[in-house]
Amino acid sequence: MFTLGVVGSVLYSVLIIAGAFVVGGVVGRVVVPAVEHRHAPAAPVALGAGLIFAVGAGRVAGLYGRRLGAGAMQYRLQATYRRRVTRRYLELPVAWHHRHATGTLLSNANSDVEAAFYPIAPLPFGVGTVVMLVVAIASLFVTDWVLALVGVAVFLALLGMNVTYSRRMSPRVSAAQRLRAEVSAVAHESFDGALVVKTMGRESEETQRFAAKAGELRDAMIRVGRVRGLFDPALDALPSFGTLGVLLVGAWRLRQGAIGVSDLVSVAFLFTVLAFPIRAIGWVLAELPRAAVGWERIQNVLTASGDMAYGDAELPASPKPAALSFAHVDFAHLDGQPVLHDVTFEVPAGRTVALVGPTGSGKSTIASLAARLVDPVAGTVSVDGVDVSTLTHESLAATVALVPQVPFVFDDTVRGNVTLDRPGVDDDVAWRALRTAQAESFVSALPHGLDTTVGERGTTLSGGQRQRLTLARALAGGPRLLILDDATSAVDPRVEAAILSSLRERESGTSILVTAYRRATIALADEVVYLEHGRVVAHGTHADLLATVPGYANLVTAYEKADAEREREKAFDDEEVSA
Amino acid sequence: MTTAVTGASTWRTLRRGLAMSPELRTGLAGTLVLAVIATAGRVAVPIAIQQGIDRGLPASGGAKLGVIAGIVGLTALVLLMTMTSAYLMNVRLYTVSETALAAIRTRTFRHVHDLSMLHQQSERRGSLVSRVTGDVDQMSQFLQYGGVTLLVSTGQLTITTVVMAIYSWQLTLVVYAAFLPVAFIIRLFQRRLTAAYAATRVRVGVMLAAISESVVGAGVIRAYGVRRRTERRLDAAIEDSRAAQYGAQRISVNASTVGEWASGLAMAGVVIVGVALGVGGHLSVGRLTAFLFLVNLFVQPVQISTEVLNDAQNALAGWRRVLDVLDQQPDVADPGEAGRDLPPGPIDVVFEHVHFAYPGGPEVLSDVDLAIAAQTRVAVVGETGSGKTTFAKLLTRLMDPTTGAVLLSGVPLTDVRFASLRRRVVMVPQDGFLFDASVADNVRFARPELSDEDLYLAFEELGLADWVDGLPAGLSTQVGERGEALSVGERQLVALARAYVADPDLLVLDEATSAVDPATEVRLQRTLDAVTRGRTTIAIAHRLSTAQSADEVLVVDAGRVVQRGPHDDLVRDPGSVYGRLYASWLEQTRSS
Repeated sequence: MFTLGVVGSVLYSVLIIAGAFVVGGVVGRVVVPAVEHRHAPAAPVALGAGLIFAVGAGRVAGLYGRRLGAGAMQYRLQATYRRRVTRRYLELPVAWHHRHATGTLLSNANSDVEAAFYPIAPLPFGVGTVVMLVVAIASLFVTDWVLALVGVAVFLALLGMNVTYSRRMSPRVSAAQRLRAEVSAVAHESFDGALVVKTMGRESEETQRFAAKAGELRDAMIRVGRVRGLFDPALDALPSFGTLGVLLVGAWRLRQGAIGVSDLVSVAFLFTVLAFPIRAIGWVLAELPRAAVGWERIQNVLTASGDMAYGDAELPASPKPAALSFAHVDFAHLDGQPVLHDVTFEVPAGRTVALVGPTGSGKSTIASLAARLVDPVAGTVSVDGVDVSTLTHESLAATVALVPQVPFVFDDTVRGNVTLDRPGVDDDVAWRALRTAQAESFVSALPHGLDTTVGERGTTLSGGQRQRLTLARALAGGPRLLILDDATSAVDPRVEAAILSSLRERESGTSILVTAYRRATIALADEVVYLEHGRVVAHGTHADLLATVPGYANLVTAYEKADAEREREKAFDDEEVSA
Repeated sequence: MTTAVTGASTWRTLRRGLAMSPELRTGLAGTLVLAVIATAGRVAVPIAIQQGIDRGLPASGGAKLGVIAGIVGLTALVLLMTMTSAYLMNVRLYTVSETALAAIRTRTFRHVHDLSMLHQQSERRGSLVSRVTGDVDQMSQFLQYGGVTLLVSTGQLTITTVVMAIYSWQLTLVVYAAFLPVAFIIRLFQRRLTAAYAATRVRVGVMLAAISESVVGAGVIRAYGVRRRTERRLDAAIEDSRAAQYGAQRISVNASTVGEWASGLAMAGVVIVGVALGVGGHLSVGRLTAFLFLVNLFVQPVQISTEVLNDAQNALAGWRRVLDVLDQQPDVADPGEAGRDLPPGPIDVVFEHVHFAYPGGPEVLSDVDLAIAAQTRVAVVGETGSGKTTFAKLLTRLMDPTTGAVLLSGVPLTDVRFASLRRRVVMVPQDGFLFDASVADNVRFARPELSDEDLYLAFEELGLADWVDGLPAGLSTQVGERGEALSVGERQLVALARAYVADPDLLVLDEATSAVDPATEVRLQRTLDAVTRGRTTIAIAHRLSTAQSADEVLVVDAGRVVQRGPHDDLVRDPGSVYGRLYASWLEQTRSS
């Protein structure tokens, strides 16, 4: 396709020059004699007109090849790089994703790819134009070396101006590109938080924040415009000055008898037809800085390091539940802020362990480590005695299922969301999982049942429904270890109770690690691990911890204590009233 | 959004657009004068050629160098003047158009916030962002690259025609005969192009959604090992959008060749007819030669317009999408000047036969008719889907009832100025969205004048000082994008503090502490009770601990308020909705 584009472009360019000489020839050899002798023989006139039209037809072919080839190539390259960038997103670990704003990643795959390959479309044109300039200079020298010098002077001036142009434009275009991303980030965040903005009546302040950024972008674009506004007319006028030069020098050479009228007209016409391609070169050059910035950002993604390497160990396929163990696990955020210290505990095969701790004590981090979304700074996490970092991704995903606190629903059908096209997960399995997750009734009530599309991020479902759907997704894979990270927080107590009891009634095939505050959830557990500030403070049965760990007792009996206190207050109030 | 762009709708878009952006008219007269000069200069060279050949290069041979030098010098002056005018015109145009674009960007941004929650949710969030980013960028891109050229080209077409007609009206007719069909053929292509571009935009939208999903859902995709599946979906979306773009490109290429055909035809025709005219003594060699130059000047705008057709189409479509957003009237509108402020003092609430249904959906709330006294603490409970969140949204006028009315302190909500409503009534939604800033900046969102000391004091009053002290940088801790550096429960604590410092007279909590641990929740409950004494508090809750400590409980079931009263009274009937909810609550939270 590139060849087609370049061949088309070169053809187009050569024919543009040929066209100038044909026009010059026709004027000098046909028009001038005919007008002077007041007689026009039909044959040469027809030949001249035919030649001019033939050159035009050839140009059409060239134009067709150039634009089609260039377009095909541009879109193909964009698609290729979008695939590469998105593949890289899927390869890079969750920790990498946390470090990069969603908006940035979106624009890397979208507008940056577009910007990087934007100059590809006019590239064959550029190649053609260079060929055109070389041929033009050559043909000028053939015609008359003095006129050729005028051409060389114009082309040198053109080169110099283009270089200065792109040098002046580059920083301005980059600044505008950066500001465009910032405007987009403000809009993303503000619309994401639209409910908060609305409920607090901060629309005007948010608009001011946005207007400030939009104003900066406006100023940057005006700065770009000033440079463009200066260079565009100058580049535009350059061929015209060339034509004037040709007229002056040509008249002098004509008097000397070095050239004929034909030559003069040809060369003058050549300068006129060159005007447009030269303008187009200017456009390409103006795009280059933006393209370079886009390319750099794409490369940042493609060459990003920190891949999470998977091992090649496989856990034997087995319907039996798997054991999970944490041994001396430390975890810290990238900024060094420690989250977990020396966490050691086990979920024996087939048992249910509840992870309990105050808000912000590190429960979700443990859940992420268990599913190997992140790796510990020190210590090991193992499943059935095998360090999870040595397992293949497939083996790990088939063994462990994590249901996150905030449910994520794909823009797909209910079936697609539950089965995820995993082998062996058919409609029967999906319905069974939905039943266990107490989602059967609402899914049956959807207009197309399993085939209902749930929309972007599941916006057509309520929070509780989304949670039950993601729970069903986890159950459908038949995991040997299930990790529930406060996965029923948006579900009503009664529905949650039903979910928990149906989980318990399943033929035991799953070990469960569950983070929760509710007594009913804890009651389901064989053992409790109690966390405070990222450390395991105690583990044992609920009864043991209740009796021996004040922090734990405080947490899980908070509601009862509140009841009791209320009763006391009420009794006190009553006494006061009766007194 | 995919309505075809016909000539008429293009004009309508332009008219609407100009009406929405009065900034575009700034200094228009001056810019137009400059544009006329800049355009007029373009015919200087062909005229110089004609004059040069006819006067300076006599047929007898030889050249009058003096005459030619004079013509060249004069033309060079005209060119310099043209360049200067073009520069001034460009700067004015860029300044005016970028100013107008920034204004329309900001206006659209504001308008999106003014739209009701229902409107906001009915659009994909990404597409709303596009309205103030990509769509406007596309217009800017077009104006910076093709727009000015297109403008000058149109002028060039006119002026060239005039000069051509002066030289020879017969040859002008020849040129028009060659180009007239182009106008019709281009129109035919235009229709197909419009359809192709519409298809492309849909495909690109699907692709963007797929990319966004793969980024936002990165954790789930990894946890379930469904990379291959996601890759397949992405590849299909990327390939579809590529194929659509290429399809549009093919049509556009076909359209652009039409001008080239016409140019070849026109040149050949001019030579034949021109020679005939010349032989008849009606046309000089210089004029005929100049005419060939003029044909070239005439072709250029046609070439340029096909080159920038894509950009022009995209820009116009973007403009129309922006205008479509601006045309949407907010269905929950601020009465503004015509409205009233809430009377000072504690706020009471009255629902008068309120019904609510989402557009096209079944009734979510039916005939809710009740009064809540000022300074009471009310809990609203019910199962998922019972309508309790809808109740909160109607109460804070995020939506308006389908029929019936909500009154605060005796004033119908629809009459209350937003400035007054949002200051006096604050809701804490379940998803406590945080901005990518420090904890302090998030909390002072509604009251930017508060100092860090004030904020710390607020956390102390809420009993959360310990939590703040435990943060790596205290109040200055950055919460990350959407608050993701904090746990879900911690985000709720910040959102609660944010509402608390806003100091409302009516506080509405929509499951505002659903992800907070019980001990913290109970503690918060008590401190909240203390600090909100004297105000009206309405809490939507699925944890019944909230209901137990409330003055009064409203039980919602299937869109109706079925029970009402203090917790202690309601539990006396174990068979009631509340009785069942409470039994299940006890079962889950008490030692079994």
